[in-house]
Amino acid sequence: MIEPVRGLRISVEINGERHEREVEVRRLLVHLIRDDLALTGTHVGCDTGNCGACTVIVDGVAVKSCMMLAVQADGSKIETVEGLAPNGELHPLQQAFSSFHALQCGYCTPGMLMSAKHLLDHNPEPTDGEIKRAIQGNICRCTGYVNIVEAIAAAAKGEIK
Amino acid sequence: MSETTVTPDKPITVDEQEVAPGFIGQNTPRKEDRRLVQGDGVFVDDVRRHGMAYVHFVRSPYAHAAITRIDVSKATELDGVYGTLIGEEVAAETDPFFQIAPPPGGDLKDYALAVGRVRHVGEPVVAVAAATRELARDAAELVEVDYEPLEVVLDMERASESATTQLHDEVPNNTIWQGNFDYGDYDAALAEADKVVRIKRLHFHRFSSTPLETSGAVVEYNRGTGQWTIHSNNQFPGFAIIMMAPALKVGLDKLRFVSQDIGGGFGNKICTHPQLVAMCLMARKLKRAVNWTEWRTDQHTANSHGNERLFLDVEVPVRSDGTMLGFKARMIDDCGAYTRYEPLGCIIWAQVTPGCYRWRNVRVDFSQVCTNKSPCGPNRGYSRMQHLWFTERVIDIVAQQLEIDPVEIRKRNYIRADEMPYETPNGCVYDSGDYARCLDEALELVDYSSIEEKRADAKSRGKLLGVGIGSTLDSGTNNFGQSTLVNPELQFSGNNEVATVKLDIFGEIVVTLGTTPQGQSHETTAAQVVAGILKVTPDDVNVRAGHDSYWNSHAGFSGTYASQFAVTGLGAVKGATDMLAGQILQIGAAVLGAESPDEVELDGGFVKRKDNPEAALPFMACGAIVNANNAVLPLELRELTLNCRYVYVPPHQMPDKERKYGNLTLTYATQIHACVVEVDPETGVYEIVDYGAVDDCGVRINPQIVEGQVQGATAQAIGAATHETFSYDEDGNLLTPNFYDYHVPHALDMPPLKTAYVESPSPFTPLGAKGMGEGGGAGLSAVASALQDALRGSGAPIVSDSSNPYNTVWNLLQDPGESRKLVEVEDR
Repeated sequence: MIEPVRGLRISVEINGERHEREVEVRRLLVHLIRDDLALTGTHVGCDTGNCGACTVIVDGVAVKSCMMLAVQADGSKIETVEGLAPNGELHPLQQAFSSFHALQCGYCTPGMLMSAKHLLDHNPEPTDGEIKRAIQGNICRCTGYVNIVEAIAAAAKGEIK
Repeated sequence: MSETTVTPDKPITVDEQEVAPGFIGQNTPRKEDRRLVQGDGVFVDDVRRHGMAYVHFVRSPYAHAAITRIDVSKATELDGVYGTLIGEEVAAETDPFFQIAPPPGGDLKDYALAVGRVRHVGEPVVAVAAATRELARDAAELVEVDYEPLEVVLDMERASESATTQLHDEVPNNTIWQGNFDYGDYDAALAEADKVVRIKRLHFHRFSSTPLETSGAVVEYNRGTGQWTIHSNNQFPGFAIIMMAPALKVGLDKLRFVSQDIGGGFGNKICTHPQLVAMCLMARKLKRAVNWTEWRTDQHTANSHGNERLFLDVEVPVRSDGTMLGFKARMIDDCGAYTRYEPLGCIIWAQVTPGCYRWRNVRVDFSQVCTNKSPCGPNRGYSRMQHLWFTERVIDIVAQQLEIDPVEIRKRNYIRADEMPYETPNGCVYDSGDYARCLDEALELVDYSSIEEKRADAKSRGKLLGVGIGSTLDSGTNNFGQSTLVNPELQFSGNNEVATVKLDIFGEIVVTLGTTPQGQSHETTAAQVVAGILKVTPDDVNVRAGHDSYWNSHAGFSGTYASQFAVTGLGAVKGATDMLAGQILQIGAAVLGAESPDEVELDGGFVKRKDNPEAALPFMACGAIVNANNAVLPLELRELTLNCRYVYVPPHQMPDKERKYGNLTLTYATQIHACVVEVDPETGVYEIVDYGAVDDCGVRINPQIVEGQVQGATAQAIGAATHETFSYDEDGNLLTPNFYDYHVPHALDMPPLKTAYVESPSPFTPLGAKGMGEGGGAGLSAVASALQDALRGSGAPIVSDSSNPYNTVWNLLQDPGESRKLVEVEDR
């Protein structure tokens, strides 16, 4: 028989809101976010850390939340896609993604937006090459990336239709 | 030799498009985006129910084995495990799934879980349900299954040999289906030929579009009514229901399919009915809602692969000037371990029998075999992509052998714009198009006129430059009557789709669709069509997100597959909206005291008298009168509901079963791609340095959305051509079961991609539009073509496979003579 896994009590701040939960030590951060805290905007697209649909920003660093345990996030500040438009006014990246048709099914979009936000937070004037490198860990199966790169570039330049 | 039998009344292709009324042709912002960019979409794994159990499938580690013992006791003892389901229970409670194939192929038994025997790695054997995902996985580890391995059948060419082990006792020679297709007069064409080009073998590989969201479901069972609610991302509920209800021995209405947002489908989410039946049984057995979210590894290992196909003993009679008279070939399709949607792939290729070409004489021996690999199913470009890749390879190989320019040979053999609508040798009617013009546009995109200078420049840098062309057709709006060409007993034909449009009590316009969009922007394009007819803006139109079979807005073929929404879906939307507009005009005329509806018109959310626009009735008043104040209406108008349901039915007819002849689809969108590669001759590594894609899908409802489909489909084709492959080891283990090993394009992998458009409206569809979502196959052809061109000075190898990773190119460079043995030319 497998022994019950002891839980640990952790505290995280997500999009400015503090949450305390007891979690199994093996629980992935993405499952804490999606299943325990019902922030379902962060998605899961693989089981090997390749797809980037679960990308969030933890203490200023873009992280694939399926590659981090929830207990490792104890005490950290996390940004998810739900925090991008806190008052319903779209973030320039969100607006640009819509204007440039940078999403089709929308499944990769939350992770893609968080990687893009991380890029612009640290590099406000990226080249196209830098944009592609910043999102190379995010797989999109619908768009072929052309419009995503354009959207991020336009958001950086403030050129949003 | 026979000639085209349909004479066009007038050329269909137009240079300058007439200005379409309303919002058609505009880049209306997508209605779906606001929720999706905020993470407010609802995908299947976002659905939560109280006390919901999580299901994990115990899957076969063997490609072929007898199951000798299953013991779930240790799993069920684990605290928090709710229960299990095994094959014996499934066999007792359900009937095997309905089979499309006639006997003996159609006699095979397919259940929701393996019964007595496993036939591919990853086949579900036991389902385990528990309180959490992690616990379900723990419990699955405790399930004991004993197997006795059997001989594994992996070679599709040898699968049908009598000495080969049978996968299914009911299916001799592992042959699911075989049929002969004979069109025109092939023998006469052969006699007439100046040369005959023979190609021993071409191979189209296994891959799939691997949508980023895996398959899944949350299933609830209502014990009081015996009804299941299936929240899922199945993309063809109409098909799933007719597979599932008989298996579960219930009426169709006991299965309610619901979906909102779906994270990509590409056909791969059509054949989830086995897992969905397992979930229905679990929900009923456990008396609680159950969640199944497929793991990525399971999606790759055991979901739905694109069909692998061999083209053997190809024979092409040609005139000296490069005019090709047709072809003969033996084709073998591998459907994997179970049939599911198959053997429909054995006929669907015939929608595009001659490809883009005026080939009038065709003889094909087509068979489909089963092997111990993952089952196949529709994958973007389903079955046509394989065949069109074959036609393009034939063109390029013949061009190389006869030393004719690849552009020249295409233009000589392309069906011409002035021949449209064009009847193919097997009775399909290509509705419109101008392939030669699209080719010119594509070549211009890659600056073909200066290609020799670029070739010299590449050479100076030690690189081999090549240009390749891919010419494909995206045939859409199926005539399901083609299923009777694989099984004459089937009672399927035609097609249909439904929409309802209503004006609600406060004047809100509400649209429901029968479709299950996965990113194709149906809410947006439907709103464009409705707004144009009702003279409002797309913002005034509320299109319900997703699908619910209890909305009464679906029919037998409802779903999102096979390139048809712009025709069937929007055809239904247009029909329903025209009905509603008529009713609003009737109400308005009565209230405004007009003699007839002809004296009033719609304008900006009002019905107005044409002779006095000041006399206007707002839509809100119309909705209120009919829904809540109808005693004011004259008696003869009280049958008006302002709630209109329209079923679009395309003008299909039954094909001729004996001759396998008839019109199999309504529309044919064109894709002509041009690809420029640079190959490093030392390593075989190559880069796509320029790429042009020209699409002609008739009237574009929303050009930006059309371009998105073109870009995405092209990316998938480039991925498939260069890296993506489902390959197996000798024991039948999949070697590429996740995104580490199965390399899909990342942002850095994408070449510069240029697009252009020609609009040849379809004369057969309500809006002149054509289905166009599956047009990526041209990329597979263009890459193969470009590689062959690049290597022609390096021993002129023949590119004979659709999968061309760097090591394949290196092999061609090392031993070009080996591949050349595949081809010979007979002079007559």
